[in-house]
Amino acid sequence: MELLPLELVMAFSALGAGVAVCAGLCTAIGQGFVAGKTVEGIARQPEARGSLMSTMLIGCAISETSGIYGLVIALILLFANPFM
Amino acid sequence: MDGMESGSGTVAGQLNIEFYGYLFGFENLWLTESLRNMWIISAAMIVVAVLIRIGMSKWDPDNPTGVQNAVEAIIETFHNYVRSVMGDKYAYYGNWYFTVFFLILFSNLSGLVLLRNPTADITLTFAFSLTTFAIIHVSGIIRSKGNYFKGYLAPHPVMLPLNIIGEIAPAISLAMRLFGVVVGGLTVSVLVYNVAPWPARIGFPALIHGYFDLFSGVLHAFIFLTLSLVFIRNKLPE
Repeated sequence: MELLPLELVMAFSALGAGVAVCAGLCTAIGQGFVAGKTVEGIARQPEARGSLMSTMLIGCAISETSGIYGLVIALILLFANPFM
Repeated sequence: MDGMESGSGTVAGQLNIEFYGYLFGFENLWLTESLRNMWIISAAMIVVAVLIRIGMSKWDPDNPTGVQNAVEAIIETFHNYVRSVMGDKYAYYGNWYFTVFFLILFSNLSGLVLLRNPTADITLTFAFSLTTFAIIHVSGIIRSKGNYFKGYLAPHPVMLPLNIIGEIAPAISLAMRLFGVVVGGLTVSVLVYNVAPWPARIGFPALIHGYFDLFSGVLHAFIFLTLSLVFIRNKLPE
């Protein structure tokens, strides 16, 4: 088996890192839903603002997880590449 | 940070963990930057705790002043929160998570004093998530006895492999979430300090540190606490 040149591996790792960060797209949509629904809830019941805000922050952070996984994969490809 | 020159070499070098030497002469015990910063943070926390304990002997429970007010407010808020998640019966899990929460919180905030966050090292976040994993399962076995093992066969024995994966996933997810958030913020701030043109170094880093260290750091320390408590609660009987 012929080994790939290092430059090619580095180039595709950078490309792969860029693609991995695209996981953030879905996270952004999900967080938008969370924030929108929270605004609806606050508009309907302004006195529940405090508890809605803290629940929203936790929900946002949990839905952020998939985006963070993409970020971790991108960082591994850039700084701790297993293929090089 | 002395890296005025830009380029991937400098930035990648800044993101790597610095290595200072071997501990006690053992070749596989490394003294790294994360470990050093963790020691600094722990030492600071221990000193503050001892000072508060010494001051406590002069406190009057009937008319609190100064530090006593602050300490009582922090501990009361924390334990009320833990009680609201775990219920009165299991509120004592808060004693352990008080320490873990403040250790993670100060690790995340340490970027503000230009220490590299120890939580940006995956070994530390995995250490925290593995303690949570151990607590979940040990307390599950002790408290709910046979029901713990029945839980793996529900709703049908065919689901056993999936249930086992479902038990391992939260530990990895807890560690990866904290690590990813902190190291992502660290990468952005290192890029701003090194690669961005010089006008971006005036005032703008304050915004970066404010968002990634203060907001995101506090939020994710809180998320770690909440998720750990919820996972533990799910394994305990009513």
